[in-house]
Amino acid sequence: MTTHHLRTPLSDDVIKTLHVGDEVVLSGTIYMARDAAHKRLVDLLNAGKPLPVDLRGETVFYGGPGPTKPGHAIGVVAPTSAYRMDPYATVLFDHGVKAAIGKGDRGDAIRASCLANCAVSFSAIGGISATLFSCITDATVVAYEDLKTEAIQKLEIRDFPLLVTNDAHGRDLYEEEVTKYRKLLSRGEVAS
Amino acid sequence: MSITVDIEGKTFMRTLPVTAITDCVARLCIEACHQLPEDVVQGFHDAAATEVSPLGKSVLMKLIDNDRIARDNGVSYCHDTGLTIVYVEVGQDVHLTGGDYQQAVHAGVRKGYAEGYMRKSVVGDPLLRVNTNDNTPAVIHTEIVPGSEVHITVLPKGGGSENWSTMKFLLPGEGVEGVKKFVLDAIVAAGGSACPPLTVGVGLGGSFDKVTDIAKKAILRDIGQHHPDAHIAKLETELLEAINKTGIGPQGYGGSSTALWVAVETYACHITALPVAVNIQCHASRRKSAVI
Repeated sequence: MTTHHLRTPLSDDVIKTLHVGDEVVLSGTIYMARDAAHKRLVDLLNAGKPLPVDLRGETVFYGGPGPTKPGHAIGVVAPTSAYRMDPYATVLFDHGVKAAIGKGDRGDAIRASCLANCAVSFSAIGGISATLFSCITDATVVAYEDLKTEAIQKLEIRDFPLLVTNDAHGRDLYEEEVTKYRKLLSRGEVAS
Repeated sequence: MSITVDIEGKTFMRTLPVTAITDCVARLCIEACHQLPEDVVQGFHDAAATEVSPLGKSVLMKLIDNDRIARDNGVSYCHDTGLTIVYVEVGQDVHLTGGDYQQAVHAGVRKGYAEGYMRKSVVGDPLLRVNTNDNTPAVIHTEIVPGSEVHITVLPKGGGSENWSTMKFLLPGEGVEGVKKFVLDAIVAAGGSACPPLTVGVGLGGSFDKVTDIAKKAILRDIGQHHPDAHIAKLETELLEAINKTGIGPQGYGGSSTALWVAVETYACHITALPVAVNIQCHASRRKSAVI
C-alpha cells in the first residue's frame, strides 16, 4: 500500500499519481460543507451567480461538527455519507473542485466525474470523530453562518488520514474490494 | 425520594421528583456518547482477530483507538450524537411528582447535550427543517412495570445507519428464507454508508408499529447474547454468517467483518402476515442504562 504525504491545493499532476487503495496523509486548507450548503452552492452555480467562497482547485470535506469544547479548535467531526452529495458534487467537480472527503460508496456519476475532471474522492473512516478533530488546527466560518453545524468552514488540517476511494483514472475502491471479498468468502477461499 | 405506606397499610407508594429523571437522562446522554459499551469495544477486538482484509483490520484498530481518544478527551466518539431514543420503565408503585414527566425527559436530553458538547441534530419539522438547537424532542418509550424502581436506557441513534433501516410485510409462506433475503438485501443496500461493522436489529411479527419497535429494542442487546428460543438463536447465527459473507467489511472497504452481531426479537402476529423490520446500527453502538 502506497502512502502519500500531501499538502493542499492538489494539482492535476499530484492527483494523477493517486490510485484507489492509496493512503493519503493530508495537510493544509480544506473547506467543510455538507447537504444544506451544497444545495445553496449548486443553486448559485445553476443561476450563473458567483459562490461566496472560491472553491476552484480546493478540497471539500463533507462534515458537520459538534460544538467546540473549550481548548480545542473545533468540535468533534468525521465525514458524513458521501452519496447524499453526489448530485451536487458532479456540478462542483465541473466547476473546478479537485477533491472531496466523505464516507461510503458513491454512484457511477462520481466515478465518471472524477475521470472527466481529473478529480479525486477520498474516504475518511466514518465515526472516528474524536480522532479526526484532533487533526484540525484552525476553523473559521466563511459562509452560511445561519446553517449552524452545516455552515461552510475553512479548516486548517495537519496529517488528516484519508484513503483514495474514487481516483482520476475511473476506479472505485468500494466496488472492487467488496466484489473481491464477496467472491473469496462465498467460495470459502478465506475463512472469517 | 421517600417510600410511603397507603391508608390501608397494605401497599407501598414511592414518591420520586421528576428532576431525578432529568438528571439521570442528562448523565446517560453524556456517558453514552463519550464512551462505547465494553461489549462493543470487545466486539471490535474479536472482529480484528478474524478479519481477512488488511484494510478492514486497520479500520477496526482505528475504531478501538477512537474510543480511547474520546474517553481521554471527554468528547463524543462520533460527531453524530443522533436523535435521542429514551426507554423508561416506570414501576407501578412509583408516584412521579414536581412536574411533567415527558418534559422532564426532554429537559434531561437538553441538559446532557449542552453539558457534553454534543451535536444538536434535530429539526423541529420534517419539511421546514429548522434545528431545535437542543436536540429535543427525544423519542420516548414508556412502559409501566411491576415494582418501585425506574429503569432508564438512552440510545443516541445516528442518522447514517438509521436511514437504511426498513420494514416489509412478507407473505407468511415466504417464511425464514424470505426473512433472510429481506435482511441481506437491506445490508447490501446500506453498504459502506451505514458505517459497518454493524449491529443489526431484526423484528419479526407484531403489527406495523410493533415490528419496528422490537427491531430497535433488539440493538440494545449485548453483543454475543442470543435470543432464548433455539430456532431464533439459530436464525441469528445464520444471518450473521450470511451478512459477513457479503464482502462489505469494515467501512465498506471490503472484508469479513460487516456485522458484529445480529439480534432478532419476535412478537405474535396476525394470521395473514409475516412483518419483518431491520434496524441498522453503525459501529458507534451507543447505549447506557441506569436504575433510579
